[in-house]
Amino acid sequence: MKAQRLDDAKVADTKGSGKPRRKLGGLIIKGILFLCALVSILTTVGIVVSLVVQAWGFFVEVAPIDFLTGTRWSPILKPRSYGVLPLVAGTLLVTAVAAIVAIPIGLATAAFLSEYAPDKARRILKPILEVLAGIPTVVYGYFALTFVTPRIQDWLFPDMLVFNALSAGLVMGLMIVPMVSTLSEDAMLAVPRSLREAAYALGATRVEVSLRIVIPAALSGIVAAFIIGLSRAIGETMLVTIAAGATPKLTLNPLESIQTMTAYIVQVALGEAPRGSAEFNAIFAVGSLLFVMTLGMNLLGHWVVTRWRLKY
Amino acid sequence: MAQKYAVFKRRKEARKLLGSAVYVVFLVAVLVSVMGLAVLLIDIITGGLPWFSWSLITNYPSRHPEQAGLWPALIGTLWLMGLTAAFSVPVGVGAAIYLEEYAAKNRLTALIEVNIANLAGVPSVVYGLLGAALFVQWMALERSVLAGALTMSLLILPIVILASREAIRAVPRAYREAAFALGATEWQVVSGVVLPSALPGILTGVILGMSRAIGEAAPMLVISGLLFVTFIPTSPMDKFTVLPLQIFNWVSRPQDEFQGLAAGGIMLLLAVLLSMNAIAVYVRNRRQVKSDE
Repeated sequence: MKAQRLDDAKVADTKGSGKPRRKLGGLIIKGILFLCALVSILTTVGIVVSLVVQAWGFFVEVAPIDFLTGTRWSPILKPRSYGVLPLVAGTLLVTAVAAIVAIPIGLATAAFLSEYAPDKARRILKPILEVLAGIPTVVYGYFALTFVTPRIQDWLFPDMLVFNALSAGLVMGLMIVPMVSTLSEDAMLAVPRSLREAAYALGATRVEVSLRIVIPAALSGIVAAFIIGLSRAIGETMLVTIAAGATPKLTLNPLESIQTMTAYIVQVALGEAPRGSAEFNAIFAVGSLLFVMTLGMNLLGHWVVTRWRLKY
Repeated sequence: MAQKYAVFKRRKEARKLLGSAVYVVFLVAVLVSVMGLAVLLIDIITGGLPWFSWSLITNYPSRHPEQAGLWPALIGTLWLMGLTAAFSVPVGVGAAIYLEEYAAKNRLTALIEVNIANLAGVPSVVYGLLGAALFVQWMALERSVLAGALTMSLLILPIVILASREAIRAVPRAYREAAFALGATEWQVVSGVVLPSALPGILTGVILGMSRAIGEAAPMLVISGLLFVTFIPTSPMDKFTVLPLQIFNWVSRPQDEFQGLAAGGIMLLLAVLLSMNAIAVYVRNRRQVKSDE
């Protein structure tokens, strides 16, 4: 009886003094960890605030409507003009070439990996794609400039300029193949086995199962993979800075030298533009547009996946 | 009946033929990426091998290509990696622990999760603009290696958080419950049970994040500019350059000699990257063996 009361006292003691301190410590730790998670929100806020504040200095001098609809980008040579459309056109031109390469190759690679490849082939191919995805973009720039451009000049278009949208776009396509194929493959692997087996039971061949069952069933994920891959291409910087040129131009001809939005940002960062000048602040206006475009595409990609996903 | 069978047989042949044709198309597509990688590597090695030497690694940049090297860029990269790891690992792992072990399922948590997914898709040059405004100008860190490392930390944070979350999620529930049953507090469970088991996965994520950071040129370009660096940084407030910037510097010169130097620099960069990836794969495989026991 006495012993038990002693135990009760001990329990009361830990309840009385030990636990609150442990609880307080736990709360402090939880608070610190919460702050770590909050850093991600603060990063987004920081991006928006720094872009908006700095771009504000630009939009005081240049009307937003002139910026968004102007067709001549000439921030240094007078008469100065800040129409962003040539930069947007250059970006989209390179991205379009990249899409022509990356979408069919990425999709076919994904279908091969998900429907055809034996384990052995997967074990070889997946690391190769991982290496392709991990190569720094400055390396792809070197490759486009010193290998792809001279070969295109030798074999196809002798008159093509050294800096051009075509080779930058082709190499960028190669660069985003891993992203497109990995995301598409994930979508295809999520298609239930039973759908494939039902088709096989009806006598379908492997190609018919791939093209008419698996790809349609995984379409939302595949479309999202395309969108996210292209958003990556729009934001890509070093490759286009090195290989695509620095000539803002409103053109659809990929053999010409162009300038992308990202390449302009780099050009100014490298130059001697004084901080606070319209020319310097213009990179934040261009950066804001770039941020809005890529964010819009990423959100669209996630929306496509959640909205159009088939539930099994 | 026989006629119908003949039609069926003919169409079956056609379908089989189509099948083989499409298979060939798929195979060619796969080969394009493999060949692309092979050609890229061959191009770099043939261009860079004549320039790849000790002096390339130990010399300072120079106007004379035969004397030029990337020592300051290599040391700058080490500085940047060290500081970036010091910021991004504790914050990234902390955020992952919070989201997996502590966070209530509410709107704020959902917002944080969506936000991290979106941050992973923000172009790296935009992070450079953030750093140029926030760290370089407003916090007056100037074009220092500290400003670069803070920017780079924010850039790789989503990678570190996502990988750490996956690793923490893979720790079996039973481990936690056993520890709770012994009277451990939440933090004791996390620090004594969850983190040790998740460590290999977290390490893999950290290495992947760092290998992303080591190759990023665009944000560093916006922050540090293209310096002709003839000194090595000795404090976090010093100016700096990094390997991909030195490579970019050389690529953008018209002379063939500098293109060769660029290829030599790329060989060094790729060697560092591939060995980091190999370590990540090794750590990952070791974990798999262990969890089979």
